Amino acid sequence: MAISAEDFRFVTELVRTEAAIVLDAGKEYLVEARLGPVAHQLGLGSIAVLVTELRARRDPALLTRVIDAMTTNETSFFRDVQPFEHLKRKVFPELIERRWNEKRLSIWCAAASSGQEPYSMAMLLRENFPELAMWRVEVLATDISTQVLAKAREGLYSQLEVNRGLPAPLLVKYFHKQGLEWQIDAKLRSSIQWREFNLAARTYPPMGPFDLIMLRNVMIYFDVPTKRSILGNMRRVQRPDGYLFLGTAETTINVDDNFASDTLHTACYRLKAA
Amino acid sequence: MRALVIDDSAVIRTVLTRILTKLGFEVVQAAHGKEALECLRGGPLPAIALVDWNMPEMNGYEFIRSVRQSSEWRDLPLMMVTTETEMEQVVKALAAGANEYLMKPFTPEMVEEKLQLLGIRGG
Repeated sequence: MAISAEDFRFVTELVRTEAAIVLDAGKEYLVEARLGPVAHQLGLGSIAVLVTELRARRDPALLTRVIDAMTTNETSFFRDVQPFEHLKRKVFPELIERRWNEKRLSIWCAAASSGQEPYSMAMLLRENFPELAMWRVEVLATDISTQVLAKAREGLYSQLEVNRGLPAPLLVKYFHKQGLEWQIDAKLRSSIQWREFNLAARTYPPMGPFDLIMLRNVMIYFDVPTKRSILGNMRRVQRPDGYLFLGTAETTINVDDNFASDTLHTACYRLKAA
Repeated sequence: MRALVIDDSAVIRTVLTRILTKLGFEVVQAAHGKEALECLRGGPLPAIALVDWNMPEMNGYEFIRSVRQSSEWRDLPLMMVTTETEMEQVVKALAAGANEYLMKPFTPEMVEEKLQLLGIRGG
């Protein structure tokens, strides 16, 4: 969902005056990634329509939605730490044991944004499960925004970005300095498949089945019927004994009763029938 | 929980103290490595030391080496907080015994996330 230069200027001015947030030129992808789901959720069809609506009448409720979308969901490497600990201590050891004969793992990062999550996953696997080097491990990373995916694919991060959540020993091991930026190793970049994908699509193309799906911090953008439809689609592409991670503040409760929490106090879910 | 902040800039010491106090730490400040070693000698062992690189008297790199060579403080978690942003410097600091490395400028979230990585909590 591309944004026009004029609409981008309007949004940057809006978030600057309303939330003191400065969006530099080149951050169009960020506005698209954040406001696209809001436009969809409100049935406005596109960011252009959303901006027209904002210009016409400064509806406080709409303004809040836009500001929220632009200010929350900042990503970092190993975001929230705890889900990655759960992956390391429980999920991957269990999956490796169960898939030992087929030696194959399929992972989907469904809201990959600028790539920190799939790269954190790739580093976690290399650091802790060297036996997987002999396996076929597929990591699919998708996002609705092509711009954000282009950045993710390039694996180029600013100093501010590598300062966030990335352990220094991993920075040294998996990145190299490229001018003022840091680029992740080509091997890690090529270990991930990047694809544009709209989670809110009614039906999904044939894909998976996945042993592990990361669907973190994206459900907040959708209304309940869309959430229900997304979780229904997840059930169809998730292996019956697979795992689904939501954001720390998200839940399947009252949305889809077919999931059960894997362990208390984690946002990790399994299918009840498994 | 006690945190030791070592930086020759009073502004940075104040900023870090504010962030760490909010996270529940009791903060002790030092303006350079030598003063920090005095703090270690004189008081209870902190849960973490945040160390600038470039300082007069004793710089952060020398401080880290001294701490790692000592018998009583060698397990003290150390985080370099510095304007040095070249790969060689990060490698050098880690090799000397730094557990984490934070590049200036930083935000409160970054400090909190790095402490989380080290499994260190205030309060």
